Amino acid sequence: MDHQHKVSTQNSVPSYSNTKATLALAKASFRSILRSPSAVVFTLAFPLIFILVFGFLGGGRTKIDVALAPNSDLQNPILAQLEKAEIIKLIKNKDTSDINKNLEKGTYDALISIEKNPNGVPAYFTHVKYTSASLDKGNILRSVLNELSYNLNTQNLKPTVTEIKASTMTGRLYRQIDFILPGQLGFSLLSTGVFGTAFVFFSLRQNLVIKRFFATPVKRSSIVLGEAIARISFALLGALIIILIGHFGFKFTLVHGVVTVLNMLILATMGLIVFMGFGFVVSGLAKSESTIPPISNIITLPQFLLSGTFFSIENFPLWLQPISKALPLTYLNDAMRKVAFEGAGLWDVKHQLLIILIWGIGIYAVAIKTFKWE
Amino acid sequence: MENRNAIISVKNLIKNYNDFEAVRGLSFEVYEGEIFGLLGPNGAGKTTTLEIIETLREKTSGEVVVNGFSIDKNPINIKRIIGVQLQAAGYYPNLNLTELLELFSGLYGVNIKPMDMLAKVNLQDKAKAKYKELSGGQKQRFSIATTLINSPKIIFLDEPTTGLDPQARRNLWDLIIDIRNQGTTVVITTHYMDEAEQLCDRVAFVESGKIIALDTPDKLIDDLVDSGFERKKVVKKANLEDVFIHLTGQEWRE
Repeated sequence: MDHQHKVSTQNSVPSYSNTKATLALAKASFRSILRSPSAVVFTLAFPLIFILVFGFLGGGRTKIDVALAPNSDLQNPILAQLEKAEIIKLIKNKDTSDINKNLEKGTYDALISIEKNPNGVPAYFTHVKYTSASLDKGNILRSVLNELSYNLNTQNLKPTVTEIKASTMTGRLYRQIDFILPGQLGFSLLSTGVFGTAFVFFSLRQNLVIKRFFATPVKRSSIVLGEAIARISFALLGALIIILIGHFGFKFTLVHGVVTVLNMLILATMGLIVFMGFGFVVSGLAKSESTIPPISNIITLPQFLLSGTFFSIENFPLWLQPISKALPLTYLNDAMRKVAFEGAGLWDVKHQLLIILIWGIGIYAVAIKTFKWE
Repeated sequence: MENRNAIISVKNLIKNYNDFEAVRGLSFEVYEGEIFGLLGPNGAGKTTTLEIIETLREKTSGEVVVNGFSIDKNPINIKRIIGVQLQAAGYYPNLNLTELLELFSGLYGVNIKPMDMLAKVNLQDKAKAKYKELSGGQKQRFSIATTLINSPKIIFLDEPTTGLDPQARRNLWDLIIDIRNQGTTVVITTHYMDEAEQLCDRVAFVESGKIIALDTPDKLIDDLVDSGFERKKVVKKANLEDVFIHLTGQEWRE
């Protein structure tokens, strides 16, 4: 063997770039995802359809059903203001037992009764009874009432201190879209992460694409990283489209504008990385292509239903709520809503992020055990 | 062979899958610039042997050196100087041939023009086609194109002509001979003895994980004839494949 010769050939080979290989894979994977109908449907079409449906339902905003107590005073400025508030639907002329039944079910969000103060100041007492069946809307009503009483009290020059203390909180209009969009975004990330990752790694393994890759100098970490970059880019692009359509088409609230969008995208990335972990596990567990959807559904469907995608988890029976509160999507949805509607920063949702992080560590520990290369 | 420099050397190669002994002490050398055939029935251990040399499979024991690099110590260096065509390998989904070649050039870390690679295997007009839209012969030619991206010293072809029609098969032979003539060593497995006879400079017969014969096709045939073997039927000046090619034409169809 001519050893000298070998050494010189070795030196003449240009140095190999793992970054270049990773990016080549990311580019290929991104192109492939864009051309895959299922990825586009799950990431964009489904969430947008739900947003459209819920966006158009009820003119795109939440109505709060407030029952007026039968014995309530009817001629007062408070009621007049409530009638004017678009967000509130006043229900009159119902008897007490009827009202209570509807409150229990959450069909009515609150009961209001206004009583003239015989002593004069304040002129009226406003009694509000909320229902635990509809805490979300109750909270909105609370802020509407705060604002209303503040306005009324300042209009009247007399120092009419009412039961409800004046508050500086301006009742931001909470539309249906403000609830639905973050949930749909979360679900879009969940399905892209789980289904997309599971299918791609399963089929690359099954069709010996990965084996062919292994015959090149590429590292395994480059393959995983390249796929992750492509999937995250695609999902973030999808998230951005959903947010922009929501914002400009349906007045989705973005409290701090661009900053809020960026925060949402950071949350989306964190969520997606965790969900991809589930995808790696599924691709390892699946014995054939046809077992991927059932296994993936076991992971995605409960979260779809129980993580506050469509309904606030506070609407669920008490025994179900601990399950909801164990799921990672619950916390992603929660964090998204806080960031988008309440204008929270990432530090404000650290509790949610911590739970997502714990899920991430757990699922990747399982993924390392179950993932198969060939 | 005019050049007796061994580019691959395999010594006492053993591969066990649990109780099954797939490869039982193989030893052979492949010379630089030759077309070397590994022949044998299914399950004889051809593909396993090939995949061990290609660094895709762990061996149980033995020694394999490729172009001076040991597969134990320098698998990455081996990967960089070889081109591998796998039996029944697929390619990244939803990409066209140009994009696939771009991907591979990134994986190998080389700069190539996809069109140049496609020209080598005469697939320029399929540049925008997806792999799964290709015919059997085109698929094999594309696979060979991906093995040439890193200008390898050795390419490995695992049953490249299985399932092809006679025209596509002969066309692929021309391509393989062409690649060899440009200085690349070729290691090929096949079930077709006419192919091995036409194509290979030397062949090794593998049976139950062992090499039972290794020499030039000519020498192996002569030895058999010398031993007194005779074909039952007198050989005619042409065979049925010649008739087929004669009737249906030389040019290959897609």
